[in-house]
Amino acid sequence: MTQTIEHGISGHGNGVAGMHDDGPRLSGSALTLSYDKRVVAENLDVTIPGRSFTVIIGPNACGKSTLLRALARTLRPAAGTVLLDGRDITSLPARKVARTLGLLPQTSVAPDGITVAELVGRGRYPHQRLLRQWSADDERVVRESMEATGVADLAGRMVDELSGGQRQRVWIAMALAQETPLLLLDEPTTYLDIAHQIEVLDLCARLHEERGRTLVAVLHDLNHAARYATHLIAMRDGRVVAAGAPGEVMTADLVEEVFRLPCRVIDDPETGTPLVVPAARRRTESATR
Amino acid sequence: MPVRRIAGGMTPRLRAVAVGAGCLLLALVFGVLAVGGGDYPMSPSDVVRTVLGGGSPAEDFIVHELRLPRVVTALLVGAALALAGAVFQSLVRNPLGSPDLLGFTQGSAAGALLVVVTGGGSAALAGGAVLGGVVTGAVIYALAWRGGLHGHRLVLVGIGATAILTGVNGYLLTRGRLMEAARAMLWLTGSLDGRGWEDVLPLLVAMAVLAPVVLLGCARPLAITEMGDDLARGLGVRVQGLRLVLLGAAVLLTSLAAAAAGPVSFVALTAPHLARRMTRAPGPNLLAATCTGAALLTGADLAAQRLFAGHQLPVGVVTGVLGGGYLVWLLAAQRKAGRI
Repeated sequence: MTQTIEHGISGHGNGVAGMHDDGPRLSGSALTLSYDKRVVAENLDVTIPGRSFTVIIGPNACGKSTLLRALARTLRPAAGTVLLDGRDITSLPARKVARTLGLLPQTSVAPDGITVAELVGRGRYPHQRLLRQWSADDERVVRESMEATGVADLAGRMVDELSGGQRQRVWIAMALAQETPLLLLDEPTTYLDIAHQIEVLDLCARLHEERGRTLVAVLHDLNHAARYATHLIAMRDGRVVAAGAPGEVMTADLVEEVFRLPCRVIDDPETGTPLVVPAARRRTESATR
Repeated sequence: MPVRRIAGGMTPRLRAVAVGAGCLLLALVFGVLAVGGGDYPMSPSDVVRTVLGGGSPAEDFIVHELRLPRVVTALLVGAALALAGAVFQSLVRNPLGSPDLLGFTQGSAAGALLVVVTGGGSAALAGGAVLGGVVTGAVIYALAWRGGLHGHRLVLVGIGATAILTGVNGYLLTRGRLMEAARAMLWLTGSLDGRGWEDVLPLLVAMAVLAPVVLLGCARPLAITEMGDDLARGLGVRVQGLRLVLLGAAVLLTSLAAAAAGPVSFVALTAPHLARRMTRAPGPNLLAATCTGAALLTGADLAAQRLFAGHQLPVGVVTGVLGGGYLVWLLAAQRKAGRI
């Protein structure tokens, strides 16, 4: 896997071989995450390997989106710290973080009457100043981001006229225009049909492989997770149950433990990555219906 | 920036500036006409000459002491209300989120009525309006706060505050003697009658300080925040700090506008809508809304003075009829277009 290093943060390429050993470092230690008084996770430790495509999986309400929000500093942990390149993320200036770490939230609202190009252009916000609002550089990055996501032809179209798949690619283009070495995506494939899901995931894989970006995504589909991730984090009840390469993590035992779903794990005939096949319902159970 | 020009025609930003400039020009024309009218009519060129310092002593007095303060008050109150309205509508992500409907205006009214009932003068009345608005703003903010400020909570708390304060204001009106109650009613309608420089000065200072802060410093992050809190934070906007600054500025502007002219209705609600329709640009359109508000209120005051010969209307009557009519027309047009 060759990687062109576009956005490496200097001082961290320490020369150790292997694809997870450089790039920006994002980690959380002893995190307690809560909404008001409802505690979602306690004493959670997590590390996002540099230059990985990390995928977080887990059942509904296990805290995976909450963890992603904490890592993206949109949710302030009740306890513990999120470290970006070794420094407490809350102590860093908001704009500086926004030039290192981008977030595509699950739900975002496109303003009424905004064009694709304008929406993607808003990703340039952290790079702009009061007096230097739009530069040739911004222009180029916006164009490249739209080309990379295949929405350049839609540049002048209104966002609210687009299909769900097109819209999702526009949002990803906006996140790309932010030009951050780290990109966090919260369920980027939800609400998309299977073809669009694969399209979005292929795009993510390309960003990771060709542009050397570190990606962190929350995904629901285990087979997609196993196929695309270089690093997998499995969560249940606010705890990290397992973390590592998909081939090692994604076992029948783990899926049963995390999802309470009996299954078999076979090799994906297409890629050789783990493929989760849920067990058929028992005959007696279906007979009672 | 060709990227933004792809949609064709003027860039959104240029369009917004053009709309703003156009409205400002319109406001000035209305202003000149208003200064020229009355028992001592003056031609527009005389008005301009006198304003620039070339008038006779009599003209000087009539323009600078009697008529200009009223026009400047209209200009500033319209601009302040519209700016505050555009900020509120964007903050609560609701096109109906104007200070009249969120309780802030009623707070100002309660403060002013309290002063009227206890027999205070006009300076005390203005002070009461400001204090009432600011205190109401602080209480609504505190009640709506829950680990951050969220639009829908602000709307709900604001509607509750409006209901309570409307009741309180009704009670205060019944407590006042007839003369006081009549004066209070006139104030509640919103009027620019007999305004002097001392009435407009606090608002002028507030606009000079707050308008640049809001228009230059906050417009872009506010537009980003309209796309969702998480996304805005991800782009480096300090969402809660921004909301606090904007809410504070909008409450101050609303209160000071009420202190200067009474709670003039519908300008804060209508001006941002008009501006958005004219600029056809996404986002809060703060600059265009501000200028639209200035034109709207100077125009409404001109109409209030001239519509019925020898009988002036309080400007709030005109803005109420115009604003309400516009809203009904808007609903009818949307219905025709099949949008609602």
